[in-house]
Amino acid sequence: MSRAVSPSSPSLVESRPESNASQAIERRSALPWPMQLAVPVAALVTFGIHLLISSNAPPLETHSYMLLFWEILGVSIVLAIAQSFWTALRQWMRHMWPIFTAAILLIGFWDVITLGFHLLPLPYFPGPAVVLRSLISDRALLLDSTWHSLVLLLSGYTLGVIVGLVSGVCIGWSTSVRYWGMPLLKVVGPIPATAWIPLAMVVAPSAIVSAAGLVALAVWFPVTMLTASGISNTRASYLDVARTLGAGRGYLIFRVAIPAAVPNIFIGLFMGLGASFLTLVVAESVGVKSGLGWYVSWAQGWAEYAKVFAALIIMAGFFSTLMTLLFKIRDRMLVWQKGVIKW
Amino acid sequence: MVALAETEASSLGVHGVSKSFPAPDDPFTRRQALGNISLSIAAGELVSLIGPSGCGKSTLLRLIAGLDFADSGEVLIGSERINEPGAERGLVFQDPNLFPWLTVRRNIEAGLVARGVLREKRNEVDEFMRLVGLEAFGDAYPHHLSGGMAQRVALARALIIHPKVLLLDEPLGALDAFTRMRMQDEVLRLWQTHRTTILFVTHDIDEAIYMSDRIMIMTQSPGRIDQTIANTLARPRDRSSPEFLRLRGNILELLHFAGNAPAANGT
Repeated sequence: MSRAVSPSSPSLVESRPESNASQAIERRSALPWPMQLAVPVAALVTFGIHLLISSNAPPLETHSYMLLFWEILGVSIVLAIAQSFWTALRQWMRHMWPIFTAAILLIGFWDVITLGFHLLPLPYFPGPAVVLRSLISDRALLLDSTWHSLVLLLSGYTLGVIVGLVSGVCIGWSTSVRYWGMPLLKVVGPIPATAWIPLAMVVAPSAIVSAAGLVALAVWFPVTMLTASGISNTRASYLDVARTLGAGRGYLIFRVAIPAAVPNIFIGLFMGLGASFLTLVVAESVGVKSGLGWYVSWAQGWAEYAKVFAALIIMAGFFSTLMTLLFKIRDRMLVWQKGVIKW
Repeated sequence: MVALAETEASSLGVHGVSKSFPAPDDPFTRRQALGNISLSIAAGELVSLIGPSGCGKSTLLRLIAGLDFADSGEVLIGSERINEPGAERGLVFQDPNLFPWLTVRRNIEAGLVARGVLREKRNEVDEFMRLVGLEAFGDAYPHHLSGGMAQRVALARALIIHPKVLLLDEPLGALDAFTRMRMQDEVLRLWQTHRTTILFVTHDIDEAIYMSDRIMIMTQSPGRIDQTIANTLARPRDRSSPEFLRLRGNILELLHFAGNAPAANGT
């Protein structure tokens, strides 16, 4: 079985472009057939492994697992045909197919070490087919949890960013606000937002509000810190130029200092996003009765570890999508820095 | 050129200006940077200020721009005493200091936006982009521009607000020799079309002779104006004419660089 894959791997290496010229030729040429077949072959291999080791497993799990691989097989064959007419698709496949192949084979490996040889203790480490079954059977609750997490995360994150930007600009711009604000920021800011949970649950009118507040607090600190440092490090000569052009304070703050601080602000936004994921999951698992964090601890309480894994998979997709989105926003806003427009 | 509003040039007077800074090694003593400087420039005149680095040229320019405050003395634009930066005095530094987050067009518009007059003066933006030869680069960001192009944008940005006095702090100092000579002509052309008053700080004697009506020589510690030399050579000037070279010799002599310079490898 494993030999069936190996012919494709050398050609993956060969197809890597060596220069711009060869890359340009490759763009036009068709995808080499071992690469076209890599994903369907990997799907067959992984499902074949499952068939070999799953003779005792419940048929329902095998059935949905099989459907998944039929779909992968079908879609990848359709794409392999479509790519000969569609250049953009071919480029994307050339880039992504090795990753997808590896991911599918990794699922097979997971199957082998759990269901196959029982190398990891049950019930903590179920096989991929069981996890897939949980994903499907519990989809309504998972979808609902994801939605609640999204609402909570976005409300907390937005609040934290707005407050953080305002306090960061004030601390960065005004020396007197910096004098009083900076010590507070330096002492209170580094406390992990999750450490406030006992207090937050007492103070806030509801668990949801306290969780949103904690997420906001977690975001507020890095956004404030980075915004303030960006603003106060604005090159003095930019401010001098603006003043000789007749700029008033509003222009200096909003058209010079803040744009100059945007690269720094984005670092704060990324740090804040990471902190918000952490705080969200912890806050949901201790107070709030909804969301993915709650789902994980609830599933753990019933020892349904397949559901824990299902929720982890959803979280991975959910959080990485939000990260990617923030990267896209940054790339748009920092065009002047990245030099997308070339002359 | 019809669309451009006429710039109203204004005279510049500096009367008994002194400035000291805390000494870097000892905060309790102050080092005199400018000692009782007086100068006056007529409306529409182009005057160069030359001198060794550290003699306080940039300090003087910052005082005139209103970015720093003098310990004593006053700066007059026309008959008005200045005490803060204002749009009637443009300042261009050696570093173009373009806002990197704005395109060329938006950089040139910056002064109009800052004063809230972009709507009325939008047509002038195109005029000024053409004037400095950058009409094709309106959407480019500053990091794609060469040094000379960036400095032309900086000049357009300063000129579009029609300053009565334009202060240039070694604006061509960072450019290579060829770009520099082209830019000298460019500045002269802008000066002649706009007839604004220019105070041009440089440490390049040839540049000062090529460009200015008068040359002021500054000496250091404390900075003061040592000599003023009228430059009556006919324009356009020829950098290799005998008159040009004679004036150059005179200035070198005043700066004690002329004649029997010690041999480099004197044994």
